[in-house]
This record gives sequence, structure tokens and C-alpha cells, in this order.
Amino acid sequence: MTSSQKLVFQIRRDIVRMVHSNNSGHPGGSLGCTEFFVVLFFEIMKRKNEFEMNGFDEDIFFLSNGHISPVFYSTLARAGYFPIEELSTFRNINSRLQGHPTTHEGLPGVRIASGSLGQGMSVAIGAALSKKMNGEKNIIYSLHGDGELQEGQNWEAIMYAAANKVDNLICTIDNNNKQIDGDLKDVLDLGDIESKFKSFGWLTINLENGNDLDDVSQALKYAKNKCFNGKPIVIIMKTVMGNGVDYMMGTHKWHGVAPNDKELETALNQNPETLKDY
Amino acid sequence: MFGFKNYGNNDTRSGFGVGLVEAASKNKDIVALCADLTGSLKMNDFKNKYPNRFFQIGIAEANMIGIAAGMTIGKKIPYTGTFANFSTGRVYDQIRQSVAYSNKNVKICASHAGITLGEDGATHQILEDIGMMKMLPGMVVINPCDFNQTKAATIEISKYNGPVYLRFGRPKVPNFTPENQNFEIGKGIRLVEGSDVTIVCTGHLVWHSIESADLLKEKGISAEVINIHTIKPLDEEIILKSIEKTGCVVSAEEHNTIGGLGESVASLIVKNKLVPMEFVGVNDQFGESGKPSDLMKKYGLSKESIIDSCEKVLKRK
Repeated sequence: MTSSQKLVFQIRRDIVRMVHSNNSGHPGGSLGCTEFFVVLFFEIMKRKNEFEMNGFDEDIFFLSNGHISPVFYSTLARAGYFPIEELSTFRNINSRLQGHPTTHEGLPGVRIASGSLGQGMSVAIGAALSKKMNGEKNIIYSLHGDGELQEGQNWEAIMYAAANKVDNLICTIDNNNKQIDGDLKDVLDLGDIESKFKSFGWLTINLENGNDLDDVSQALKYAKNKCFNGKPIVIIMKTVMGNGVDYMMGTHKWHGVAPNDKELETALNQNPETLKDY
Repeated sequence: MFGFKNYGNNDTRSGFGVGLVEAASKNKDIVALCADLTGSLKMNDFKNKYPNRFFQIGIAEANMIGIAAGMTIGKKIPYTGTFANFSTGRVYDQIRQSVAYSNKNVKICASHAGITLGEDGATHQILEDIGMMKMLPGMVVINPCDFNQTKAATIEISKYNGPVYLRFGRPKVPNFTPENQNFEIGKGIRLVEGSDVTIVCTGHLVWHSIESADLLKEKGISAEVINIHTIKPLDEEIILKSIEKTGCVVSAEEHNTIGGLGESVASLIVKNKLVPMEFVGVNDQFGESGKPSDLMKKYGLSKESIIDSCEKVLKRK
């Protein structure tokens, strides 16, 4: 088993245990993006060990769809930003691990509050412009839900980034085709996401299997190589909601529902402990 | 008039424009963003002088607030510029999450606030912005009274690390506070000393309050005028000290009486020293088209309203 595979199993365990512990949180989207987080944080991003808000001389990541905080928190802890045991405080009172990520409690690794959807791309653009003004060659990464694209602010941001050649920016869309009320096409059909980005002037990359570590790695490396060429970049990443826990896969029902004791046991049986539970 | 002199009418938004250029000349991290209202916000000089630090966002205020929040990561100090309506109500959630809750060093600079925006009418005349902004934890809310004070405030907020809402207006109004004054965030200024009634005022109503105090003097009433340019954090000490002496208070502002400076003062006196109070402001209404001076009269934002309120509150002592 590679170190990335180990991380995937362990982060999945963290996710289901965290949401189970206080019977709340969002396991579906978190599990669907686990491979993306592992590749981005442990292979792709140029990061410093110590967290510093300004992120000078390093790559920066923003999570726009803040409800998938379990995968974000587990990744940050496993990457060494804060003690792994702190994952046990998820959504508890007096915790730095709020239901949705925030800078407010000073959790290392988080640079903006997110949760109210549609705001992260604008923030990512701002940070990208800041990097350019500071003469840095680092990259801004961000993750967004596909349902989140229903928020209008995204399209203001998509228009702006292309018109102003924000080319140190790689936005990834978690394209699981699911949102709380059901399938995207039934709630509000987004149509062809790729052609929309393309027509706004973005470089688009289709990632057919966002739950395959090699494919994710390849797509992110390709995107990285395409930076600084006058265009913002979007990766449309197809994922399966709930990936890695069979009964959660491919249904919107586990968007924001926690497993019970028996369901947790099943989920853990499907994902062996590789790096020690918190 | 109490030693005050009008150096010549000027608009507070021009004070912002001049202050922005001056602040930027001293701090290279200051950047400015505008949502297609560069001329109206008087940001042209900044744009021409610092083209690489000016960002034309287009008619997309939500994106502007988000970009500004992001720019602070990398140590920039963004000043966003658009009308007060589009600086607050339109982008409340963006300010709440990406700026206030995230504690980002963004300066939200809002012109054409209040009813003196005039002819464009109620769609653009926001009278609720102070209320919305002061309710956000950690947000500093500043509403200067003239060109010089707006200029000084614009420069001073660049030295303060945290979110600020800076509110100013469209019309040319008397410019009477000192040039190159020292602006202290959260510090009220006693403009006129008096003993019978305290007038706590902000923004365009400050000059009217001084004029009112002058007219009240002729009637034998001694009014103390306190300029509160920073509505949050409120200078509690200067207000409490004054009402201790006068025993009654009138608030005056170009804002809905619900949610404005008056409400902050009322909350203060209820908790400390209960005295009679009257409110000069817009009485829970939307505005309408018209000349600023006519609108001020019609909506009760005149000298007459201040004087009436002072006489009324004195009778309740």
C-alpha cells in the first residue's frame, strides 16, 4: 500500500468517525473528495510546515464548499497543521473545528471562513492577485461543489478571472452531480459545466475519475504546468459522493447525515486503520 | 458661529478620494477596488497615480468584496468603493462571512449614503447601512461629517488592522473641521460646549447641529454639540460625561432612527444614566427623488427638526 493509499483509508475513517461522534456533519462530499485532498496536500502543493496567514512563498488552498470540513480538517491534521487528537472535538462547543471552517478560532491551515456558498472563488482570485503583486510564482488552489455553481457570485468571479488573466489559479469543481435535494439536473440543471467555463475564457480540464489517485495526480500536475499562460484553469472533477463507503456511494442521502453505530462499523470495516485513529 | 468657519462647500466623497491617494503614497500595500463607479467615488486620481494597484471589478459587488478579502492574504490593504447601498445590503453575507467573521483587513468605503443622494431616489438612498454594519461583530463603523474629516478618516483607517465601514456622501456640504486634523477612531469630538441639552450627531447632520445650537442660543438654550464620527466603537465616555451635565440628549443622523447612532446612544443611556432622549433621523421610511436639501427638510433632517427635538426633550427633563 502506498503512503497516499494509506492516507485515503485513514482520512475516510476520520471523516465517518467525526460525523458519527456528534451525529452531525457532511460525510458524502467529504468522502468523494478524499483522493483530491491527499494528492493536493501531500504531493502537489508547495507548502511550509508552519502555518502563516499570508502564505508568502507557498501555494495556498481555499475550500469554498465549507460543509465538507471533515475531509479538510482530517487532511490538515494529518499534514501536521494541528494535533490529530483535536479531530475528536469536531462540532463540539469550544472547539476550533467548527461545523464549517473558519479563521475565527485560529485553526492553522484555514485562511477564510466558508460555508455560505459561492464566495470562495472570489477570495481565491483576490489571493492570486495578491501573489502577483508580491511578485510570487506560487499557485492558488480552490475547491467548489458543482451545486455551489448555482450561486451567482461564482459567475461574477469566473468572468473576472478570465477577463483579467488570473493565470495562477486552479479551481477544481467537485462534480458529483448531487446536492441536498437530489440530483443536480432535477434541482437546477447546470447544463454543460465545461462549455460554460470555456466560453468565459477558462482553460478547462476534465478529470474523469476524481476518486483515482493517479488520475487526480495527473490532472493536477497537468494543470500546474498550464499556469502562467494567461488563463485561469478549472478542473471538472467527476467524483462519487460517499466514495469508499459502499452504502453511501452515489446517493445524495448521505450529503449531510451521520452514520449510526452499526453503519459506522460497516464503514470502518471497509477502510482499514493505516495511520492510527485519532 | 462658535468659532466655526465654512472653508467652502465640498463633498465628503472628494475627501475620500484625496485621502485615499495620500494614504497610498505612504503605504504601498494599499490597493483600491471599484465596481464601475470610479468617477462617482472620486477614485480617478488613485487610478491614474497607481494603475497597478487599482482594480476595476465591474458591476459585481459580491465578487469585489470576496476579492478584497482574498487580497488581504498576502498583506494587501484593500479599499472597496461603490455606493453605500451596494456596499452593504447587496453584499451583506459576503461581508459577514468573508470579511467580518474571517477578520480581514478590508476597508469598505461607501459613497452616496443616505437621503442626500437625491434625485436617483429610494432604490439608491440607503438609510439602513449603519445598522447592518454595526451589528457585525468586530466591524468599525465611521461616518465623517465633512471633507476634511473624511480625508483624515480615510488615511487613519489604513493604520488600523481590521474591517472598517467608512460611510460618506454625495452633495457638497460645509467643510469646517480643521485641515490635516488628527483622526482618532472611536473618539468623539465636543464641537460646542453647552449645559442644557446634548446633541449627539454624525455625518451631514453635524453642521446642521452646530447651526441649531447657534439658533438655540438666541432662544437662551445652551446646547452641547458632540460629533460622533465613529459609531462603533462608540465613545461612551464623552456622551455620558455630557449628559451628566445637561440631563437630556438629542441624536441627529441621516439614517433610519431604527439601527442608527441614536439607538446606540439610547442603549448607552439605558445602561448607565437614564435621561430623556429624542431622535432626529428618518422615521422608518424609504426616501424618494428630489433635491437633497428638499429631501432633508421633508424627512425631518433639518435644523428645525433638531431645534424642535431639543425644545421637546428639555420639557421632559
